Amino acid sequence: MNKTKGSIVGINGNMISVAFDGNIIQNEVGYAITGEDRLKSEVIKIQGNIAFMQVFEITKGLKIGDKVEFTGEMLSVQLGPGILGMVYDGLQNPLNELAELHGFFLKRGVILDALDFNKKWEFTPTAKKGDIVTGGSILGHVSEGIFEHKIFVPFDYQGNFTVKSIVEKDSYKVDHVIATIENDKGDQLELMMYFDWPVKIPITNYREKMVPKEPLVTQTRIIDTFFPVARGGTYCIPGPFGAGKTVLQQVTSRFAEADIVIIAACGERAGEVVETLREFPEITDPRTGKSLMERTIIICNTSSMPVAAREASVYTAATLGEYYRQMGLNVLLLADSTSRWAQAMRELSGRLEEIPGEEAFPAYLESRIAQFYERAGLVELNDGNMGSLTIGGTVSPAGGNFEEPVTQSTLKVVGAFHGLSRDRSNARRYPAIHPLESWSKYKSFNQPKLIDDARKILFKGNEVHQMMLVVGEEGTSIEDYIIYLKSEFLDSVYLQQNSFDSVDGATSPERQKYAFKYVHDVLMTEFSLKEKNEARNFFNKMRQLFIDWNYIDMKDEEFNKQEAIITKLIEENSSDAEGI
Amino acid sequence: MQKVYNKILSVTGNVITVRASDVAYEELAEVTTQRGKSLAQVIKLENDIVSLQVFAGSQGIATNDEIRFLGNPMRVTFSDNMLGRIFNGSGVPRDRGPALTENMIEIAGPSVNPAKRIIPRNMIRTNIPMIDLFNSLVVSQKLPIFSVSGEPYNELLARIALQAEVDMIVLGGIGLKYDQYMYFKNTLEEGGALSRSIFFVHTASDPIVEGLMVPDLCLAVAERFALKGKNILVLLTDMTNFADALKEIAITMEQVPSNRGYPGDLYSQLAARYEKAVDFDTAGSVTILAATTMPGDDVTHPVPDNTGYITEGQFYLRNGRIEPFGSLSRLKQQVNDKTRDDHRAIMDGMIQLYAQYNETEEKRAMGFRMSEWDKKLLKYGKLFESNMMDLSVNIALEDALDLGWKILAECFTPEETRMKTDLVKKFWPKEAA
Ligand SMILES: Nc1ncnc2c1ncn2[C@@H]1O[C@H](COP(=O)(O)OP(=O)(O)O)[C@@H](O)[C@H]1O
Ligand SMILES: [Mg+2]
Repeated sequence: MNKTKGSIVGINGNMISVAFDGNIIQNEVGYAITGEDRLKSEVIKIQGNIAFMQVFEITKGLKIGDKVEFTGEMLSVQLGPGILGMVYDGLQNPLNELAELHGFFLKRGVILDALDFNKKWEFTPTAKKGDIVTGGSILGHVSEGIFEHKIFVPFDYQGNFTVKSIVEKDSYKVDHVIATIENDKGDQLELMMYFDWPVKIPITNYREKMVPKEPLVTQTRIIDTFFPVARGGTYCIPGPFGAGKTVLQQVTSRFAEADIVIIAACGERAGEVVETLREFPEITDPRTGKSLMERTIIICNTSSMPVAAREASVYTAATLGEYYRQMGLNVLLLADSTSRWAQAMRELSGRLEEIPGEEAFPAYLESRIAQFYERAGLVELNDGNMGSLTIGGTVSPAGGNFEEPVTQSTLKVVGAFHGLSRDRSNARRYPAIHPLESWSKYKSFNQPKLIDDARKILFKGNEVHQMMLVVGEEGTSIEDYIIYLKSEFLDSVYLQQNSFDSVDGATSPERQKYAFKYVHDVLMTEFSLKEKNEARNFFNKMRQLFIDWNYIDMKDEEFNKQEAIITKLIEENSSDAEGI
Repeated sequence: MQKVYNKILSVTGNVITVRASDVAYEELAEVTTQRGKSLAQVIKLENDIVSLQVFAGSQGIATNDEIRFLGNPMRVTFSDNMLGRIFNGSGVPRDRGPALTENMIEIAGPSVNPAKRIIPRNMIRTNIPMIDLFNSLVVSQKLPIFSVSGEPYNELLARIALQAEVDMIVLGGIGLKYDQYMYFKNTLEEGGALSRSIFFVHTASDPIVEGLMVPDLCLAVAERFALKGKNILVLLTDMTNFADALKEIAITMEQVPSNRGYPGDLYSQLAARYEKAVDFDTAGSVTILAATTMPGDDVTHPVPDNTGYITEGQFYLRNGRIEPFGSLSRLKQQVNDKTRDDHRAIMDGMIQLYAQYNETEEKRAMGFRMSEWDKKLLKYGKLFESNMMDLSVNIALEDALDLGWKILAECFTPEETRMKTDLVKKFWPKEAA
């Protein structure tokens, strides 16, 4: 094959301009060659015979005149069995394998296969000779940990093909030819258990995209009850630094009731990924009995890794998510932080000297963000099964001010908004999701009526609180004061949750329903408290008992005992009891 | 085979351009002017036009001055002979010691593979309760001190450096005032730590561009020592000056600014430095403490804002105290469960109450009548400020925890503190209960 060649005529940070001879395609990969190193790059703009390319590596040492080899392929990932449990960089380079070969540092220009080409997988064919197949048809499956990993006809195969041959059930390597198919022109094509897919092109081999309706349980109470996430839906977590975005995503990655969780550590701290990386293999997923790592994929392109690869990393993550969705699985993609991805676009746009929009972000920022979240969705697959990809992204607004381009563009497209508040995190009210400003378009498993009641108390409690700041406690009636105490009670015992506690850290839907009903009853109870000190003492005591209760496992016998103690305290102080 | 050119095409800000070939991106050149020699670094290549930032600044550069390309990027010497030595922002000695040219290493090397990182596990004790108890510092942490100018951030850095149990201290001064430079030197000398320290000092009177290299020089050297098993504390002061130098170059290069004139890659630039903090599994570690002054005491200013998103927490220094609000060590939970079983509860409980005290204090200032509860909070707040927050308090963590319980018991009943019942049983001072 005759690949296009070029040579470098300009270098500016991670962008090179390359004079080329022949034909190239937008988003094509090329390699800039300097000494021993081949630096992977992507075409992002073409003008006459000049290609502007972002280099996925440090450009130190490159010279004018250095050669560039184009590949004819768009930036792609390898799709096939063996992705689960892997830790990749933004371009799907396996980091553990890189570490084995090169030690502590990420050596420039080293590219490894994303899949293990030596490992054998037991393949069970489900298609037969003579079957008519097309892109996305299932040929068979292998078992990848706890999942049945479907083997597909590559998604971009158009039209009908006839299966000419397919291998027997046996163990094969991923690059073994498992089937031969033929198109109507009689061309024969050999299929293996893996294929490449361009990351910036969504996988759409499904029958229909549906409206998300089932909740995706996160086991975080304020989310599941008040601002739920849906399977196939989207949500965002904007918040200033230190408000708890990453911790919230870590907790979600651990406890969310999804089949597969993809963590895209995009341009943030490496240390944060390490916690996941080291701990997940040790944690047993109570739902499967296997290690959490077996359902997890980590895409790790942290802040000091090359910026262009950071831009690509969210697409890599989305592509892997779509791939597993094709198998009828529920996938959750958590991206931290989408602002770093947006900034990578901004850096590049600046080097391309494009006309800048607000805060120097490119004019296409909004459409890129929309396209990214559009890759989420609940879909009915061609075989009738359902699959979902849910996307939750953190946003790191400059100065913590939500009136900035990335937050605003994101809010336009997502289905739920978990806004983290500096005030709440300062007061250690975690998770610091603001209960009055956040919203969700999805339905909770808790009863709407109860949620509505609770929300009213929060709202009124806040009003009373604001008023008290002006008129003082003495200017507040005991009725109002009790509403305020009730809203504080709801906040402390239900909205707040100790992420680092083994019991309180995750609340099952069953327990959420139970506890929420109970809290609701408290909120609706009329108390016989006459005086503010008395009321405050009572609620202090209640809160204490309830928090202790939160720390007790529901299966523990102490659970009922603690409940009885709380119930007794309530009865002693409710108005109904007074007459007795 | 060095290439020499003597026709400068343009001089803009501290950036010059020349026509040259076979020049590598980020290569160094030496510019000889009537004022002497200066290093310059290639920051852009376009056909045969080479843009260089001149470390000594462009003042006095003549269009026919000589530019000699050195054929290598910025490097620094690395050896034990560096201990006790003081260098400038170009890596040249600024003490009277001999020049060191042995074993030159490249600076700004590749990132550590995240898969090779380990979970931080060792606390660095400072005997400052606002750090040890409320926001423990951890080996390999990267942490800035956010402060308005005039606050004693350099004093705090020096004190931590002296009290922390580390093998070596690398000090990077960027735009450091001369008296502060002398302060560090004298303090470390008196504390007997100078012989295990290396200074890279760019002072406020040195050319601005020269300060740009300081973090990379410090971190390259620290990283090498860490690979040899040493635990290094790197102090960078002041990173806002570093960011301002970046801004100046960006404006000269006509980059579109993103926010208040700072370049769009400010985040990536800062992260490239701070992410050098690391704990090598089988070797030593690099911990970074930086000073970040906040122009106008505004934490939303691009420099502290971007820094906060990168670092593993921050200490706010205000009125000579480390503020409990906003101050945060993100790594504290890696270590504060291995100290004493009341550590976390005291940490959270005391801060929540202090937050309530602040609200009450506001109400009091507005002239509202104080309830019984308010009065308790007021008493508590005062005790907390004088006995815990004051920077002169110098006690071990365990003593600080005991002190915490004592303060609580002096002010509240156990229920009012929201402490878990079992901890109250174990730690509530008996005489007060
Ligand atoms: N749910 C939580 N429970 C307890 N502490 C939390 C919680 N969320 C955040 N924190 C504290 O806040 C710090 C910063 O949280 P993080 O998620 O890293 O913030 P962000 O990603 O928004 O910058 C954590 O290191 C931890 O100390
Ligand atoms: Mg974060």
